[in-house]
This record gives sequence, structure tokens and C-alpha cells, in this order.
Amino acid sequence: MNENIIEVKNPVLSIQNLSIAYDKGGKYAVKDVSVDVKRDSITAIMGPSGCGKSTLLRAINRMHELYPNIVTEGKILLNDEDVYGMSTIKLRRKIGMVFQRPNPFPTMSIFDNVIAGYKLNGIRLKKSEREEIVETSLRDVALWDEVRESLFKKGTFLSGGQQQRLCIARALAFKPDVILLDEPTSALDPVATARVEDLLVELKKNYTIVLVTHNMSQAARISDNAMFMYLGELVEYDKTKTMFTNPKDSRTEGYLTGEFG
Amino acid sequence: MKAIAIRDNSNSRNTKNKIFLGIVIFFSLLTILPIILIVGELVVKGIGQINLSFFTEAAPDTLQAMVAKANGETIPGGIANGITGSILIVVLAAVMAIPFGIITGIYLYETPGKRYSNIIRDIADILQGVPSIVLGLIVYLWVVKYITHSYSALAGSVSLAIMMLPLIIRSTEETLKMIPGTLKEAAVALGVPYHKIILRVLIPSSFSGLLTGILISISRILGETAPLMLTTLGNPRINWDITHPTSAVPLLIWQFYNDPNMVELIWSSSLFLMGFVLTLNIISKRISAKHSIH
Ligand SMILES: Nc1ncnc2c1ncn2[C@@H]1O[C@H](COP(=O)(O)OP(=O)(O)OP(=O)(O)O)[C@@H](O)[C@H]1O
Ligand SMILES: [Mg+2]
Repeated sequence: MNENIIEVKNPVLSIQNLSIAYDKGGKYAVKDVSVDVKRDSITAIMGPSGCGKSTLLRAINRMHELYPNIVTEGKILLNDEDVYGMSTIKLRRKIGMVFQRPNPFPTMSIFDNVIAGYKLNGIRLKKSEREEIVETSLRDVALWDEVRESLFKKGTFLSGGQQQRLCIARALAFKPDVILLDEPTSALDPVATARVEDLLVELKKNYTIVLVTHNMSQAARISDNAMFMYLGELVEYDKTKTMFTNPKDSRTEGYLTGEFG
Repeated sequence: MKAIAIRDNSNSRNTKNKIFLGIVIFFSLLTILPIILIVGELVVKGIGQINLSFFTEAAPDTLQAMVAKANGETIPGGIANGITGSILIVVLAAVMAIPFGIITGIYLYETPGKRYSNIIRDIADILQGVPSIVLGLIVYLWVVKYITHSYSALAGSVSLAIMMLPLIIRSTEETLKMIPGTLKEAAVALGVPYHKIILRVLIPSSFSGLLTGILISISRILGETAPLMLTTLGNPRINWDITHPTSAVPLLIWQFYNDPNMVELIWSSSLFLMGFVLTLNIISKRISAKHSIH
């Protein structure tokens, strides 16, 4: 499928011949995917339900290893370092993840939620460091002004959209290279969705963002490059503009015109 | 949006509502009536016996009680030997059952559908169904005969711990199941190792549920009498030695009941026990209402 792959110089992530099956000998959820992800940009992963978007995304920070029978072939490089050779704690400090439903820790304050990665791993920080990280992370997600007065209240008191931005701040607190987001706005209302989209566009100045989305117009609005997956295969990978105006594969075209999915 | 008043038929609607409300109140009262009657009866008959010495002195012997009765005085002494014994036995039982119960509950939660965990779950269910007197008998054989070589608080604790265990196991598992899986994912995505996720995310998030389960299991065993008859026996004095025979409030109630001179003491002792159990239940309800995650 090499003809579909756009040239990316000095990629942050390089996925090479990645195949994943949930059971040994079972069918592949991801089939021989090779992709280079461009630095400081938003890359969207699109495709109909069940095509393997989440599986691919979760393979990048090895969350897919939660399933005990999972089989992984191929390679993923993060800045030329093999992801499968790193410790998961180091890897997940460099690659943050945000989920479909906002999931702040209910027992923790807003403040502690932001630095949850440090707290839960037992990484000690000075008070000044903690405050610095919390403030910058919350400013980065444009939540600081809204919560600065209530930093020590529970994070679960926030609205859904604020909670999701809090979860993004939690991922940013580690100053990662990459942020993975799996349909981060599908549980949010249109206003909150727009805020998160604006935020992602702002964040791509400093972070590489990989975004799974069901929402084609969202991908069109905010992503630079886009992948289209179908039945586990990477069918097409191109600049988002090109893909939307001039898809090369008939399956991509079918999906974009709403024939399926 | 403007409120839309529904005016038609408002009279007959009101009457129907009132009748319905009346029925609801009637049946609610009917349900709580037994508890009101029980507590009322205990208060009326028992409150007269309750004074400071009730809590600080051991139970009288039958002679003292007989003399007091003949002179028309209140029976002297209290149930301090029972209260302290109950505390000793229950605390010891909790210390044994809580760690085992919670760890087993976590294990069941973490390995759903596995053969081994299904077996453990079945055993817990069976254990819950074992009549408490049978447990007492078995613990008598194990602990009284071979370990403490005498009736002892320890033996009583073991039998009560076995009763608590399945309750704590199941309540731990059920509580953990209510934690959304997304929370665990959030921690995994931050690179948090497995054991720290359990200690720092799952247990704190389910703390109130775990505590409620523990309190409820304690309130269940507080009134247990049969297994204690076979294991701790009773003791006319206050005893803190876990290898010695020890009294407990339900044991005292049973002894008072069987002694014509002291039979009046069953009311105050029952009132105390009932009050204790009710308090525990109310506290656990409060906790779970206050700290629920959602
Ligand atoms: N835990 C699992 N065990 C077995 N098979 C799974 C599991 N999770 C996903 N699959 C299978 O892997 C394939 C890809 O699933 P995946 O969740 O990656 O799709 P997706 O593109 O994210 O779908 P959606 O858009 O619905 O989120 C599907 O065929 C699915 O049935
Ligand atoms: Mg998905």
C-alpha cells in the first residue's frame, strides 16, 4: 500500500508493518499498517466502526496489551526508539492518552488530577514544581481561568467539556511528545466540542496529536493529515485536504460520501 | 419554556393523588411498624436498668440479683464484661476477616470468568449458608481443642471471622464492579503499575463501599450467639486475654434469660445491642450516601 503513504521527514512516530489480532490465530484487527506521523500536527484516523482505529491507537502507547491474548507484529518507533523495548511508564510519559468519556479520578481534586501521573507513580515533586505544572497544564487547555478559584474541589464537579479538558491537561502534565485521543468529543455537546477542537489546533504547535474520530467534518476542520482504515487495513493516508477533495481509493470515497460507516 | 397548567379534571386528580399518597404512607408505616414496636418495647422495659454502672460493671451473680429483687431495688452491676468481650471478639474477627476478604474480593474482580475465581465465589456463597452453630462446632474442634486448649475469645473471633468473610468478599467485588472501567484505563494510560492502580485508584475510589460492607458485616455478627456458646463460653468478669473464656453481650442475654433472678436484665442488654447494631447500620448508610462517586 506504499503508494498511499505520504512522505514525512523526521517523523515522531513511525509505525512499520503493524498487525494486531486479539487472539492467536484469530482475525487481524489491524493488518500490516505502515505510517509515519508528522511532528507538531494533527493526524486523524477515520473509518467505519470496527475497522481497527482504536486498536491501532492503543497499540501506540501499548494500552492494547491489557488484553491478555493480544498478538502484535511489526514495529513502532517513537523518535527512532522502539516502543516495544521501552518500559511502559517511560513510554506513557512520552505518549499521553485521552479517552472518549472524560475520566477524571473521582477521589482527587482538580489540582491532583492534573498531576495524577506523578502522584500515582510515586514521582515526588517540589511544591513549586507541582504548582508550576498544574498552572501551565491548565492554561494550555484554557481551563485555568475557569478553575483557578476551585483547584481543590473534586474534578467531577466540572461540566463534561471541562472534565475532558482536565483530562487533556492530565496528559499534558508529563510534557509528552504525542497525545492520542480516541473520539474525545463524542460524549460532548457542540459548544464543548468546538472548544476542544480549538484547543487541539492550539496544542499542535507544541505537540503531535493523533485523533480517532467518527466525525468527518471534525477531521476536515482540524486535521492536517488523515488516515482512512477499512477492515483493519490502512486504505489511504494523505493530506486531509487532498483526501477530502480527491480521494484515491474508491472505498475512501464511498466512506466520505456517506455510502457506508 | 412556559409551564403548562393542566387544569381539566384537577379535582378528581387531586383526590386520586391523595388516596394514592395515603396508601403509600399506610404501607410504609406497616413496614417500619415492627422495628418501632421492637425498639419501643425494649426502651420501655429496659431503659430503667441503664445507668453508669450498666456500662462499667460486670454482670451480677444470681445471689446479688435475688437479694436486690427481694428488697425491691434495681439489680446491681452491668454488662461491662459482655461489652468488652464483644468488642474484643469482634475487633479480632474484623482484623482477621477484612484483609482476607478485601484481597479475595479484589482477586475475584480482577479475574472474572476464570475457573478458579468461580470456585472461590461458590465457596464464599456456600460459606454464607453454613449455619452459624455448625461453624461454632467446627471452630470448637480446631481452635478450642487444639490451639487455645480452652474456650477463648480467639476461638469466637475465628468463627465470627468466617461468617464475615463471605460478606466482605462479595461486597468488595460488587463495590469494585461499580467503578467505571474508564478509571482504570486512565491510570494505565499514565503508566501506573498494576499494584499501584489497585492501591491508589481502585481502593480509594471504592472506599465508602468497602467501609459500608465492613460495617454491615460487623452488624451482622454482633448478635451472633450460637457459635460463641461453643467457642468463648462466657466469663463473669471482664477479660482481655484472647486465650481465655470471654463474655459477649448476646451470651449475657442468653444467660440472663435462663436465670429467673436476672431475667429482667435481658431488656436493657437487648436494648443496648439493638442500639449498637442500628447505629452501625445508620452510619454505614450515611457513609455510602455521602461518598458515592456519582
Ligand atoms: N477486546 C476485544 N476482543 C476481541 N476483539 C476485539 C476487541 N476489541 C475490538 N475487537 C475487534 O477488533 C476490531 C477492531 O476494533 P476497534 O475497537 O479497534 O475498532 P474501531 O475502529 O475503534 O471501532 P469504533 O469506531 O466502533 O470504535 C473489531 O472487529 C472488533 O470486533
Ligand atoms: Mg474505537
